[in-house]
Amino acid sequence: MNPFDYRRAEDAAGAAAMVADNPAAAFLGGGTNLVDHMKLGVAAPEVLVDITHLPMDEVEALPEGGVRIGANVRNSDLAAHPLIRRRYPVLSQALLSGASGQLRNLATTAGNLLQRTRCVYFQDTSTPCNKREPGTGCSALEGYQRYHAILGASPDCVAVHPSDMAVALTALDAQVVVQDAATERRVPIARLHRLPGEAPEHDTVLNHGDLITAVELPDMPMAVHARYRKVRDRASFAFALVSVAAAMSLGADGSVSDVRIALGGVAHKPWRALRAEEALRDGPATEERFAAAARAELAEARPLPGNTFKVALARSAITATLRQVHAEARGGDGHGGPGGHGEEQR
Amino acid sequence: MRVEFTVNGHAVAADDVWPGESLLFVLRERLGLPGSKNACEQGECGSCTVYLDDVTVCACLVAAGQAAGRRVRTVEGLAAQPARAGAGAAGADGGVGEAGGIGADGRAGGAAVAAGPGSALGARGDTAAGGAAGADTGQRDPDAERLSPVQRAFLEEGAVQCGFCTPGLLVQAHDLVARTVGAGGPVPGDAHIREALAGNLCRCTGYQAIVAAVRRAAEREHARLAGQERP
Amino acid sequence: MSTTSERPAARTGAIGAGPRRVEGPAKVAGTAAYAYEYRAADAAYLAPVQATIARGRVAAVDTAAAEAAEGVLAVLWHGNAPRLRTDAELPGLQQPGELHVLQSAEVHYRGQPVAAVVAETFEAAQHAAALVTLTYEQLPHDAEFSAGRTDLATPKEDHRQGDVKAAEGEVVVDQTYTTPMQHNNPMEPHSTMARWDGEAITLHESTQGAHMVRETVAELLGLEQGRVRVVAPYVGGGFGSKGPLHAPTVLAVLGARAVPHRSVKLAATRRQMFSLVGYRSPTVQRVRLRADAQGRLSGIDVTATVQSARLGDFIEEAAGPAKSMYAAPNRRMGHRAARLDVPVPTWMRAPGECPGMFGPEVAMDELAVACGLDPIEARVRNEPERDPATGKPFSTRNLIACLREGADRFGWADRPAEPGARREGEWLVGTGVAASFYPVVPPVGGSRALVRHAGDGRYVVSLAAADIGTGAWTALTQVAADVLGVPLEHVEVRLGDSALPLASLAGGSTGMMSWGSTVHAAATAFRRLHGDDPAPGAEAAADLPEVAHRDDYAMHAYGAQFAEVRVNTDTGEIRVPRLLGVFAAGRIVNARTARSQFVGGMTMGLSMALHEESVLDARFGHVVNADFAEYHIAANADVADIQAHWIDEHDPLVNPLGAKGIGEIGIVGTAAAVANAAYHATGVRVRRVPLRLDDFLDAVGA
Repeated sequence: MNPFDYRRAEDAAGAAAMVADNPAAAFLGGGTNLVDHMKLGVAAPEVLVDITHLPMDEVEALPEGGVRIGANVRNSDLAAHPLIRRRYPVLSQALLSGASGQLRNLATTAGNLLQRTRCVYFQDTSTPCNKREPGTGCSALEGYQRYHAILGASPDCVAVHPSDMAVALTALDAQVVVQDAATERRVPIARLHRLPGEAPEHDTVLNHGDLITAVELPDMPMAVHARYRKVRDRASFAFALVSVAAAMSLGADGSVSDVRIALGGVAHKPWRALRAEEALRDGPATEERFAAAARAELAEARPLPGNTFKVALARSAITATLRQVHAEARGGDGHGGPGGHGEEQR
Repeated sequence: MRVEFTVNGHAVAADDVWPGESLLFVLRERLGLPGSKNACEQGECGSCTVYLDDVTVCACLVAAGQAAGRRVRTVEGLAAQPARAGAGAAGADGGVGEAGGIGADGRAGGAAVAAGPGSALGARGDTAAGGAAGADTGQRDPDAERLSPVQRAFLEEGAVQCGFCTPGLLVQAHDLVARTVGAGGPVPGDAHIREALAGNLCRCTGYQAIVAAVRRAAEREHARLAGQERP
Repeated sequence: MSTTSERPAARTGAIGAGPRRVEGPAKVAGTAAYAYEYRAADAAYLAPVQATIARGRVAAVDTAAAEAAEGVLAVLWHGNAPRLRTDAELPGLQQPGELHVLQSAEVHYRGQPVAAVVAETFEAAQHAAALVTLTYEQLPHDAEFSAGRTDLATPKEDHRQGDVKAAEGEVVVDQTYTTPMQHNNPMEPHSTMARWDGEAITLHESTQGAHMVRETVAELLGLEQGRVRVVAPYVGGGFGSKGPLHAPTVLAVLGARAVPHRSVKLAATRRQMFSLVGYRSPTVQRVRLRADAQGRLSGIDVTATVQSARLGDFIEEAAGPAKSMYAAPNRRMGHRAARLDVPVPTWMRAPGECPGMFGPEVAMDELAVACGLDPIEARVRNEPERDPATGKPFSTRNLIACLREGADRFGWADRPAEPGARREGEWLVGTGVAASFYPVVPPVGGSRALVRHAGDGRYVVSLAAADIGTGAWTALTQVAADVLGVPLEHVEVRLGDSALPLASLAGGSTGMMSWGSTVHAAATAFRRLHGDDPAPGAEAAADLPEVAHRDDYAMHAYGAQFAEVRVNTDTGEIRVPRLLGVFAAGRIVNARTARSQFVGGMTMGLSMALHEESVLDARFGHVVNADFAEYHIAANADVADIQAHWIDEHDPLVNPLGAKGIGEIGIVGTAAAVANAAYHATGVRVRRVPLRLDDFLDAVGA
């Protein structure tokens, strides 16, 4: 690890200024990703600005019906918060499906959003990687691809965003509150992360020195029935091959009046499944239409030789999750029957 | 930089700490508390689990500076009083002493200890392995009685093999028991236990005895608390 | 435990009981000191610099920046590193090429140490290591493992009996089965603390054999063995990789020589564990079975292609177990090896048997299906009367008893014959079985134990054996207490120090056979010499007893493993809610630690079945999923109900103790049982591990 200066910021604007002023400075949140990357040599900031003691650790109801989540709220606290559990259970489920208890106790809301890809080549400084060292090439294009993108990738990068939480937030239409040295602004979560294009070194639209101070969830009654389904290679403590966050509301006639679907593990950003939503909205809630919506979303999928299975897996996972949220929305039991073990937690 | 925090209830200070050092490094290499293990350096195995304030974390991912002013509790601080060091270490030559450190009483262990004091016989200083015979061969053992309920349960259920994942598991299990039965809740089911311990990898035991040990500790704590509630 | 047999009466009954771990309190208190954890006021830290090419030469090394960095004590490379005796003859298990660290400019594998920094702190060493600049003359490398290569070597002549080509019978199973590269990954990384005081060197080492390290280091340094001391009372797992020495230990030794009077510490990072300490070779197993319609085998033909290294040859003998598992008049078993520009493979739990029982045991399941037989019956029909490999009688062989008892305990009788017949909600459910096998192998190295009366009826038993988590501390205490006829707490066992009497390596599941038999002999000799009322200080020693009938009998342990597998109908996700093993492995000395060994082995087998795969990117020549986030091992939630039982088997022919060894057989056969159960659940036959959800997506209609 390279030597660095460790500093504590006095307030959010000051923190933003401290980082903005120095191209080699970085914010330090929970550290679960950044400290790891510093050990690996993937990141080498010269100044770390610790923001974990700033007063951004509250979860509070907003007057217009939403909820504001401070950037420093720990993943475990957020998952357990009564407001979240009651009104946005999909967020709790997504959080609890990620990492381990110890990591959730460290990881912050903002840090979770800004965690970087788990692409093995990105993390291995002995191999080329356009995201880590722009212009060196993408080792994954002809390499190990199991955990790589099937949607929205570019010839320069096929990495995926690893967050579960961000997938749920995407389905919930969250707004990200961003502070720079001078002003505060809001970025819709769907626009926070970017597709790799020709500049995969940029994960998000944030500028250097922009500090996420909070995430705001809109009032969304159907979120009560939202679900997060994560498919992975290990029963727990593994990154998603494919994950689905979905919410659905039904009209009086039982048709789909509104729906939200977001996917994880498939793209450089949490993937809002707008095509599938469009295909479902204002029509009957049937298994056939769930499957057709999933097909519509994956029509543009461009899998790699090492992950072709993820297209069928994503289709099936979307269909199954819609089936489940539909049953929840109807007030029934969405479970398909007794499963394996260890799937329920808390 | 100087970093001050409390470990197992005792104020400590580490000087000349490089900011890049992890809390785990400070505990193991500077404070003589090697109970928390370093097995992956990146939060993927749980062997370094410690309490930071009131929650469990992977100490390998906590920058030392972030621990300043906070409370840390390690496996060495789980027991009511420090269990004496067991099978010990070379001390007679090589300038190398036994692992030791700050237990629950703040007593500093370390280089001064010449031989395995856990030996029932008084180990000779010329052998590395002062045995702990008699310490847990099914007999009454005063050290074991000072151990926390999860530590005792791990011994009773045979949940220890090579022992390298054990300290991290104990801290995480201790937290689980505290947050469930300790908070007035029911004894956690096996699925709950397995998920709560998902971040603690074990390569030896197959986890069966570990889950049984956590269940046993939780049941015992549940019974103890129920007994206290009786008028 | 379902059957009993006659056995010599124990004096105290300590053998076979399940007392708690002797070293348990120290381990749960966090005070058990592992190699890296001995306190040293004069510690220094070593960080390796690893090659970023897979083949070639180091053309130039620029150490100026590293040497100028704060806290740096030494920067070593092949131009200035202390010399090793590269012509010394090392113990046979060692790979000399791997151990001649920093002795030449040649680069043989990506990740090879090409320099090292010793510094005042770990961070300073790591930082300075990154400042060492290397220039390479790179040569084309070849790291592409394939059974289709035209340059495969035949490391030794094939085992042949009869004429496998002439085998007759209308049923043929001819399939290829593969297992991947895997890494041992004990939780404790390979760790060394080395201190050179100018005349002698002391190593605190994570090793499976203190004496083996002593002998090897002495040879490499050209020292008398008496000037090397190796201390290893606690070892955080090994699973084979801590048997032979690997490069990190030698690096620490070189560091200690370069910076005398300092305790030079090196623990491999988890990432380095994927390049520096060996691995299990991938295997491609072509298995051809020929049988009559009743499932009686007439021919068994197994060719296992494995990966070896140009730097040194190591053959994973995956075709070995088929030599003696089932009867058939015509048989051929052989190995082919691809020698590549990669690190040298090493032992990993049940080397040979573990991968080598995957292909044949899935093939036996396929044979049963082809013949319309129950898979247990298919095995029973091919039970040999004598060892097919050697023609010798078995000392004991209880495979069928294990299968039968396992079937009873598992509830096998209710099993539908057809695959894909059982669905519960969104899960397809199936069950499968496979056999386990592990030979009684001779220990690596001799053993000697010393029993001393410390007075007051208390005894000290000493030998250098390494307890890598197996329970040797406890089981040897039991053996000594039993023979001496004293309570357990009157026996203190001392282990893990080359200053103690010689002990064989902890490997090949030989611990109880060699150390247990040796302690048994020493305690017996003590009572014979000194009677029941010995003077304080009275001593007796004994060497590992000869096994009288070793050459007259085939000696193996057996087992049967049963698995229930569930496959999700939406996602293909695989769960294994039940594993049950029944083993026949001779006498069980400690029920508690033995169960943990079996269950732990089965869990590692489950991990092999569903998770473990090191992805070697041949373009670069190294493993790219080199951490615990990407190289999955079974986590707690992957495991549900795992049971281990055993037949109470007493085999006086194997050794005086009657113990066959239990450390490895638990991992053998598990993966085949899981694959066979997955077939039964879905009708999809997967012939490689790890099984993945992708294998079942078509079958579940996704």
